[in-house]
Amino acid sequence: MAASVYDVIVVGAGSVGTPAAMYLAEKGLKVLCLDQFASPGQGSNKAAIGGLRATHSAPAKIKLCLDSLKTFSTWKEKHGFDLEWFQGGYLFMAYRPEEEKVLKDLLVIQKKAGLNIDWYGKDDLLKIVPGMKEEGLIGGTFSPEDGSASPMLSNCAFHQRAVELGVDFRFNERVTNIMRRKGTVVGVRTDKGGYATSCVVNAAGAWARALAQAGGLDVPVNPDCHEACITEPAQRFLRPMLVDIRKTPGAANYYFHQAHTGQVISCFTPEPPMLGTDRRETSEFLPMIASRMVKLMPKLANLKVRRTWRGLYPMTPDGSPIVGQSKTLDGYVDAVGMCGQGYMLGPGVGALVSRIVTNSLNKDDGEILHELRPDREFAGTEALK
Amino acid sequence: MSDYRIKEHPILPVPGEAVVPFTWKGQGYKARKGETIASALFANGIRIFGHHHKDGSPQGIFCANGQCAQCSVVANGLSVKSCMVPVTDGMKVEPLEGKAKLIDVDGDHRFHDVETIETECLILGGGPAGLAAAIELGKAGVNVILIDDKAALGGKLVLQTHKFFGSIEACHAGTRGMDIGKKLEAEVRTYPSVRIWTETTALAVFSDRKVGLLRGNHYFLVRPQVLFVATGAREKSLVFKGNTLPGVYGAGAFQTLVNRDLVRPTERLFIIGGGNVGLIGGYHALQAGIQVVGLCEAMDECGGYKVHKDKLVRMGVPIYTRHTIVSANGKEDVESVTIAQLDPAWKVIPGTEKTFKCDTLLVAVGLDPVDEFYRKAKEFGLPVLAGGDAEEIAEASAAMFTGKIRGTEVARMLGRDVGEVPVEWLHTAEILKARPGAVITEEIPDHEDGVFPIFHCSQEIPCNPCTSICPKGAIKIEGDDILGLPTFDETACIACEQCVAICPGLAVTLVDYRKKEDEGVVVSIPYEFNQTTIKEGDTITVLDTLGKVLGQVPVVKIRAPKFADHALLVKVKAPAEIAKLIAGIQVQAPWVTKSMEEQIQRIDDDDIVCRCERVTAGQIRKLIREGVRDLNHLKTLTRAGMGACGGKTCPNLIARVFREEGVPAPQMTPLTQRPVFMEVPLGAFAGVITGEGPTRDAAPTSVGTLEGGV
Repeated sequence: MAASVYDVIVVGAGSVGTPAAMYLAEKGLKVLCLDQFASPGQGSNKAAIGGLRATHSAPAKIKLCLDSLKTFSTWKEKHGFDLEWFQGGYLFMAYRPEEEKVLKDLLVIQKKAGLNIDWYGKDDLLKIVPGMKEEGLIGGTFSPEDGSASPMLSNCAFHQRAVELGVDFRFNERVTNIMRRKGTVVGVRTDKGGYATSCVVNAAGAWARALAQAGGLDVPVNPDCHEACITEPAQRFLRPMLVDIRKTPGAANYYFHQAHTGQVISCFTPEPPMLGTDRRETSEFLPMIASRMVKLMPKLANLKVRRTWRGLYPMTPDGSPIVGQSKTLDGYVDAVGMCGQGYMLGPGVGALVSRIVTNSLNKDDGEILHELRPDREFAGTEALK
Repeated sequence: MSDYRIKEHPILPVPGEAVVPFTWKGQGYKARKGETIASALFANGIRIFGHHHKDGSPQGIFCANGQCAQCSVVANGLSVKSCMVPVTDGMKVEPLEGKAKLIDVDGDHRFHDVETIETECLILGGGPAGLAAAIELGKAGVNVILIDDKAALGGKLVLQTHKFFGSIEACHAGTRGMDIGKKLEAEVRTYPSVRIWTETTALAVFSDRKVGLLRGNHYFLVRPQVLFVATGAREKSLVFKGNTLPGVYGAGAFQTLVNRDLVRPTERLFIIGGGNVGLIGGYHALQAGIQVVGLCEAMDECGGYKVHKDKLVRMGVPIYTRHTIVSANGKEDVESVTIAQLDPAWKVIPGTEKTFKCDTLLVAVGLDPVDEFYRKAKEFGLPVLAGGDAEEIAEASAAMFTGKIRGTEVARMLGRDVGEVPVEWLHTAEILKARPGAVITEEIPDHEDGVFPIFHCSQEIPCNPCTSICPKGAIKIEGDDILGLPTFDETACIACEQCVAICPGLAVTLVDYRKKEDEGVVVSIPYEFNQTTIKEGDTITVLDTLGKVLGQVPVVKIRAPKFADHALLVKVKAPAEIAKLIAGIQVQAPWVTKSMEEQIQRIDDDDIVCRCERVTAGQIRKLIREGVRDLNHLKTLTRAGMGACGGKTCPNLIARVFREEGVPAPQMTPLTQRPVFMEVPLGAFAGVITGEGPTRDAAPTSVGTLEGGV
């Protein structure tokens, strides 16, 4: 069965798996990408709200996202496919001294990592976001090179490009076993058949742990669930993604932006987290997010909500992704635990995976891979999850 | 200034004068009190409400039900759905050109908490099924909250000016739909355990088994022990050239404009679809003084009741069976419509195209259940039943009866001792749901003496008011259920004319040979048009059952007895050879229905499948050919199904393109349905207190913020 032998099999055609398959094919490999759902991006990619930023606190994520941003912002001119990229920046605001301190401390690390980000006082912030609540506003950080795009369109674009490069995609097919011989990957078995390969990339997102277990391994990825909503389109009135990191009962923060299409998309981090894979809509979400948004920007009261949904964040114990070759199983590569940032990390991680598999790491990769290595201690936490 | 308000109507009371001033594009107009912006604009001859942000296509009324956003306008600076928002004094209304601008708001809002109200049963929908269920639950003392999104209860009954079929005992047959609604409402309101909230819309069933409701601008939650879904139906749509032009809309929207708001939205109407909805729509149009140019139906026969069809044919409306719509033509709105004949393979036969001048095209091509709340409740383990059209599409008479059955079942689920549902009820429900049966040749009696009724009733449908009304008990239905045809004991007639008056199909006449010496037979014919259109001494054209002209006869007498309930009984004197054949009076002159000499076809526009996001059949076809099978994938690539209506309109149409491309249904992955049911401002979910919204019938537990002088 020569047709069923692949150089590499990527499991998951989502935010990470689809670009990984694309970059692997660019390296000239024969790639199969398997997904349990009916088409690309139907797991958590389509639940992402579209924010793209390099404004993180962990150096590895900053570097990977800077790489991703290059891909997103130049895709249309390179490939003609419009991802609805909009460069409006990210704005984290501080209404209390405690948020001011967190943001200013982070600014040191972010600047050191080469990010274009600065502290803006109240008046300057209000110039960037007219209509935002002035009372109590101290200031905030603004990173003008961040932006947003459509996660679903992006994934479709990467899928289309991957197909052009010769990647085989198989949908509605679930991997049941990663076959191994003498500590090396030899193939995968699915609910529909089997394929021979010496390399498997785990890009299974919220389902990553089950896949690792299908290979006799484990990876500490446990999903929790976030809810989001989108409005009708309106003329542009908001440029950056606004992130309010004040905790309130039920929510660790909330954030929203106006997409390229004019619609406002918003989300928050539930506190305590809603663990598990339940993606059924709750009655608490809309009143909580709506009241915070309207209190921050009173004119939003008149903008109509069109839809809500829930999506999964594949979380790791320290809030950073797990990327790298397994120490115990040759040919098994993790690209998992994106903690809800798979969309913005995807192209960067996908390209990195292609360099891991083809043994062509560059000079920055070593540091990144050390930081994200699967066998790390998982101490500490990411400040801007 | 043009005035398109209905000033006289044979059945409906006409509301007061337009007194509320408002402006459109800076020019002054007037609205009736409480009138929606959409109706007020139509009443003033305006039906292009703006242009789509994607391709600049003209936009106007489509659903008239708050579900889509096609009728959006800018009122006092805010983008609103014009079919849902009443005109207020001095309101400044502008077209919505492209995307809406979000205006700044002064000062801070005041907020209320989003409360949760407990109840035993929540009924979604105050139409025939919901009201009938509420009556049974009220009898059993169950705590019920019944909501309806409209200001008046009755659902679509409110819009039905015709008398109903069915049986008098089971579902008030022979009474006008709108009056049945009032009867049911009056009964529901006698039960103290039933709370009724009108102008309240269900937005979502959540996984914590709460239902999100919006009352005016007030958002709150209800946690029922049992949910009863009686949300009715939505109309199917159709793909053809020009299908999104202002002037193309569904029969529901039409009935809302005409029969609820008494606006004449059109002068010349063409109808697509010969089901009961389309046939009745045509009849209502004629009653409102609108010319009906024709009706086309793709099948060999109309799917609706033959009596409805015959009624329309007798008014002079041509019915084109085996014909399909080719295009609605016009630049900014409908100016004409082109139809064509279909061959046995359902393809248009070239050269058979006919173009008719008209300004409005009514799409009445069938109904789908509004069952998303039912499905979500099932998924989330909330005990739920559905009734009426939300369960299965059938006549309103069947909805009333299944509502009654479901109400009893809900009471049993809640542990009430109401006994089993009687077997006869289930039998009656099945009969009322029966599709129209065989067509039988009309039986005209041979003899020519005395006085007797003639039943121009030749199709088996569930209907029996004539048997119940005859004071002599001389009318019987063949067989042991109400599906059979009526027969008459000819010796018993006392010429009371009650059977003529009650027949919902206007299919009974009375022939009187007793004064035959002055050369003519007196025939009584039912007539449901304005009294001003006919008077004694007039010469009128009479038609047979199939609409064939029989001749001109004089009107000798007109009666409007109370038992006829707004209908007139017109006596004509006719020659003996046609007397027994007379079935109706011609209402519409033949020239109205003539086609144009030139043929028009739009070719500059690809057919639109998703009207909210302006996605064409061509775009979808291309992706299907490239291998797309998941409707969610298709949605990502084209935005089809991503728009304001929440994917309620296009999935059927997309499925059709898949079928045309030879893709079997099991290969398709359906669209993921998400809440919310209808677009609602963030402020409502945030609990912003606006001071707007209904103040009647408020829930005792939720009045604090709703009525407390906000």
